[in-house]
Amino acid sequence: MDVRLEHLTKIFPSRDKKGSEVVAVNDFNFTIPEGKLIGLLGPSGCGKSTMLYMICGLENPTSGKIYFGDEDVTGIPSEKRGVGLVFQNYALYPHLTVRQNITFPLENLKGEEKLTKEQRNQKALEVAKLVQIDGLMDRKPGEMSGGQQQRVAIARALVKMPKVLLMDEPLSNLDARLRLQTREEIRRIQKATGITTIFVTHDQEEAMSISDLIVVMKDGVFQQMDQPQKVYDDPVNLFVAKFLGTPAINVFEADVKDKKLYIGEDMVMDKVNVKDGPVWCGIRPEGFILDENGALKCSLTGVDVMGRDTSIVSTNPKMTGLSIRSIISAEDLKLTSKDTVRFNIKRSKTLLFDKESEARICYD
Amino acid sequence: MTKSGVRKEGIKGTLTGWLYLAPALAFLIFFMVYPLIDVFIYSFEEGYNSASQTYFGIGGYNYSYVLRDPYFLQAVKNTFILVIFTVPISTVLSLLIALALNSIDKLRKLFQTVYFLPYVTNTLAVGLVFMILFRKTPYTDGLINLLIKAFGMSPVDFIEGPYWAKMLVLCIYVIWIVMPFKILILTSALASVNPVYYKAARIDGTSKPRIFFRITLPMISPMIFYLVITGFIGAFKAYSDAVAIFGVDLNASGMNTMVGYVYDMLYGDGGGYPSYASAAAIILFAIVLTITVINLIVSRKTSAKG
Repeated sequence: MDVRLEHLTKIFPSRDKKGSEVVAVNDFNFTIPEGKLIGLLGPSGCGKSTMLYMICGLENPTSGKIYFGDEDVTGIPSEKRGVGLVFQNYALYPHLTVRQNITFPLENLKGEEKLTKEQRNQKALEVAKLVQIDGLMDRKPGEMSGGQQQRVAIARALVKMPKVLLMDEPLSNLDARLRLQTREEIRRIQKATGITTIFVTHDQEEAMSISDLIVVMKDGVFQQMDQPQKVYDDPVNLFVAKFLGTPAINVFEADVKDKKLYIGEDMVMDKVNVKDGPVWCGIRPEGFILDENGALKCSLTGVDVMGRDTSIVSTNPKMTGLSIRSIISAEDLKLTSKDTVRFNIKRSKTLLFDKESEARICYD
Repeated sequence: MTKSGVRKEGIKGTLTGWLYLAPALAFLIFFMVYPLIDVFIYSFEEGYNSASQTYFGIGGYNYSYVLRDPYFLQAVKNTFILVIFTVPISTVLSLLIALALNSIDKLRKLFQTVYFLPYVTNTLAVGLVFMILFRKTPYTDGLINLLIKAFGMSPVDFIEGPYWAKMLVLCIYVIWIVMPFKILILTSALASVNPVYYKAARIDGTSKPRIFFRITLPMISPMIFYLVITGFIGAFKAYSDAVAIFGVDLNASGMNTMVGYVYDMLYGDGGGYPSYASAAAIILFAIVLTITVINLIVSRKTSAKG
């Protein structure tokens, strides 16, 4: 089942009379293809959760429509939409056992759908096996680790076999190790069930690693939707470029003169097909090549060795961040001077953006 | 650090602990434990005279006297009726009001204040108002009786009339007096339930009654048990409530409570009978203790089953 949003908008009225209203989601249009895992990515407070709540029916949109397949579900109550929702803090009922938690949604079924207790327990056991918690059915949530609790929450969301599975920051409450494990697990479960899944996160690495497609939003406004690597390599604007990738992209104030790109006095790239004037120049950390005769001259601050990566930290008067981080493989690390470091830059890792609109400028 | 060093520190630590506890402990011992033991001893001293500090002998006569005293039996009956009716009714009503308060948005603060007012109002003043509302005099039937007549029934004197009418007024009064505190506790208990549970339940289309009985109620059950236990204890200790409505001579109006009986035995009839009062107090203590223990056992079992 694909999910289609048409002009979806959510406006919250202001709290007091003086305050202005909050546009949490602003005119969203996109289609989520069937059976895919979508990472909905944006900084905290950008309206991701509001959007998720609208898709599952906990919030009503101010305007716009939501379609599941061909069916308009905009006015339909949650339980008739066939959605499962996994919360950030799991929201497992603490006084019920794992089995009772998982069967809880099934007990609400009425009429023809009504199940006997055996059928309910049978279904609960099936999903529990899927998320590998079938050995813990009689435990209370308080007696389990965060990762196990999140699996129970996923099982509860899956037990009615929803058409769409929604996850609201499902990994934020887990520690780093469990987060990695659980995200693999989510990927596996999603592949096994083939349910269209929307996964909300503010962690770009998380979104990049498990999503089929990434949707980036900012202040309630849609920015870009594409495959993770494409969004990384080909961001539509400076915000998307900055938001994806760790360490973050290095942004410089640069100028184009006669099809040559200058950062300060240094001419770092030529054959730049852009009209003359100031631009933002973003260079990914892996876009630097250490070269003692390199074009870009920076003052060296230090060298960080982090596991397999070595990053050179340096500064340049034209940079916009606090420092420039460049990732160099250890073999290439030959520093000739203590104070200065020179780089050549890779054309494919260098992105230009309009100074005013911050939109991407193609220069080839 | 050596082993003995650790032990020394342990003892020192315990001593510091006891030192911190000392003021509270001293108060408890002087004003709770010592009197309790003293009352226990008095209750077995037959014919104790407080003026001469003498007694005839030791035995169970005080108990057998009290247990055969019709005033005491009336007081026990009154107290039990009070406990059995007021505790459940006030708790359920408070829960309903707390739920209503939690579900409204506008005027919530105002209503919370209004419901809390009885708690900060003088009980005797409230009793007086109740008396005026319910009393039937030769001059007026009172407001409640006017209402009753409006429904075509015959008026009743609730203050000096039949037993059931007097008991009804007392129960209504006690319920009204204890509700503000319960509403306060339950409103905050309801507000402390994380709304995410309700969201999760709504996604699954859980009906409102089911949300209440399967989610809300179990989650606030510790608070309800707390209110029931303290409610039982409070109702067993009722006294001023009866005085406020029926006056000081409760035995005459047949509306005495157990605490009232103890009080009358101590100070009534000039000098009084401290031995009988002690015996009655010990009986009350035993009843309250038993019921509290039963309550605790039940609550522990229920929360373990969950």
